[in-house]
Amino acid sequence: MLDIFLYRYMISGMARAATTADAFNAVAEPRRRLILDVLAGGERPVNDLVRELGLAQPQVSKHLRVLREVGAVEVRDHGRQRLYRLNGPALKPIHDWVKSYESLWSERFDQLDVVLDELKQKEEGDGSDE
Amino acid sequence: MAVTSSGTATVTLPTDTQILITREFDAPRHLVYRAWTTPELVKRWWHANRGEVTLAEIDLRVGGMWRYVSRSDDGLEVAFHGEYREIVPNERLVSTEVYEGIPDAEEHAALDTLTLTESDGRTTLTVLVEHPTKEGRDAHINSGMEAGMQDAMDLLEEVAVSLR
Repeated sequence: MLDIFLYRYMISGMARAATTADAFNAVAEPRRRLILDVLAGGERPVNDLVRELGLAQPQVSKHLRVLREVGAVEVRDHGRQRLYRLNGPALKPIHDWVKSYESLWSERFDQLDVVLDELKQKEEGDGSDE
Repeated sequence: MAVTSSGTATVTLPTDTQILITREFDAPRHLVYRAWTTPELVKRWWHANRGEVTLAEIDLRVGGMWRYVSRSDDGLEVAFHGEYREIVPNERLVSTEVYEGIPDAEEHAALDTLTLTESDGRTTLTVLVEHPTKEGRDAHINSGMEAGMQDAMDLLEEVAVSLR
């Protein structure tokens, strides 16, 4: 019941290597989503992230690098610390994808409304009520 | 007098493997169920103004199959099928969903759950789409899905422009 267009392209993506650096790839990794969740609460130094995620620092740094490459995370120097923060607009393509999917189903359901109106009128005309 | 609700569908992503679609209809749920499970009615709304549903087959019993074939305005033909797993008339319909255009299609089947609840003659419809959860495959599907989303968006834009 998924969209005939979206589905085709979503699935066909499985056949090729996911090398493109975009927001979708960046958030495909669960631990990177965790990092985004933590940063949604505010700016953090890397040590905080290491502690909250329970991962080794090199791993966290690696994930932060991927997130920075797509602009999802930004960094600034603050004294001796480097502070990381979320950059929401970089995640807009994901939001847009959901919106596209939503608009497809809205159009589908607008057609369904028309069908339902007819079914209702037919039932009222028959005087039957199931 | 019939009033068209013309609301918008709401799509959320409850977990990493799920998509949830919600919409309210100004009709009792037995009619929504009928429109959802009657082939000639499905043909009238499933196209979403993006093409034509050329085939809709529904064998509405547990273990029975459904199959929809659509052709877009630019001639792209796609087919889906699935098997009904659970049927509670007018309330709940669980089925698998397989996109036929990929290798090992059956392995990538999603599980769709339609739920209809009625209140004051209005029906709230939800469709929960769940992708396979087995860990390795799941990661594979997720990364692939997400890599393809940009293409999907671009294509949708093209489609939208071509329809103007």
